[in-house]
Amino acid sequence: MEHISDSQGPLWEVFTQKKTGTPYQHAGSLHAFDKEMALENARDLFTRRGEATGLWVVPASEIIAVQPDDAAPFFDPSDDKVYRHPTFYEVPEGVKNM
Amino acid sequence: MDTQQALFQYCLRLGDTNLILGHRLAEMCSRGPFLEEDIALTNFALDHTGQAEALLGYAGQLEGKGRSEDDLAYLRSEWEYRNFLLCEQPNTDFAFVIARQLMVDTFHCLLYDQLRTGKDEMLAGMAARFLKEATYHFRHSSSWVERLGQGTDESQRRIRKAFNDLWRFVPEMFESDSAEKTLADQGIAPESSDLQAQWMVNIARVFDKAGLSIPAVENAPVGSTRAVHSEHLGHLLSEMQYLQRAYPEAKW
Repeated sequence: MEHISDSQGPLWEVFTQKKTGTPYQHAGSLHAFDKEMALENARDLFTRRGEATGLWVVPASEIIAVQPDDAAPFFDPSDDKVYRHPTFYEVPEGVKNM
Repeated sequence: MDTQQALFQYCLRLGDTNLILGHRLAEMCSRGPFLEEDIALTNFALDHTGQAEALLGYAGQLEGKGRSEDDLAYLRSEWEYRNFLLCEQPNTDFAFVIARQLMVDTFHCLLYDQLRTGKDEMLAGMAARFLKEATYHFRHSSSWVERLGQGTDESQRRIRKAFNDLWRFVPEMFESDSAEKTLADQGIAPESSDLQAQWMVNIARVFDKAGLSIPAVENAPVGSTRAVHSEHLGHLLSEMQYLQRAYPEAKW
């Protein structure tokens, strides 16, 4: 038997760019049956109020993610290495995106 | 007919078509096939209602009798409406909504493209703005027609039936009236009949990708330029205008 979510199509993740040149950020997710529908749905769901100048959609199944069980070996080792943070430098005035 | 009077009637015609189509799309709110499409359809409803607001607002100014866009939308009766008969037809299924939308979107893209270089600055400015919306609407409706046409046996049967049922409303879209002729003479607006050939080409392109064939026109009704309507408009207005009629000048 097909899973119930199949009636709405596969899941896609949506990324929007707020201003030209800035990074794309995750905006949310949606269902769609093909690429064009995913792009149109993303436009209607996430860019209606002038939030974006760019838009990406990615099939959620194509995203390779760290499993929650693997989180400790992936991320914890960085906890005790403060020397990796550039906190000993002063950020020059006028630098915004760092 | 003087230009101002012609422009008033013309804006009324364009505004009414948008208003009534916007209302039919708004009826789809919570009835879309799935959440994302439901939002898309109501989004288009807002676009059409917004276009109606601008066009009827301008019509009110041109008329010079102090009627606002709300007065024109909510306090006229069906024999004063000039919308396409196509737009007032009640929604049946999703294929029907999409078929009707493709027919209007294709028309609007051509019309607004001409209007934006017309000689009335106000109308040209609005048309330039509306064209962006219409272009997106066309993208959405044409991609759905292709999808339904190439989908399952059922989706194909439904989209075919929708176009067969609606095709009799095609000739009406290209009917010119004296107001339109007055404006065409002055380079303000195109004559609708001049848009028909390109409309057919653009529709045929979509039908081709969807595997559909152009239906025959039978029993085509005309009348919206003379404000003669099908039985459906009265019912639509009784719902759309209920609040203003029951509570005159209500504001919220």
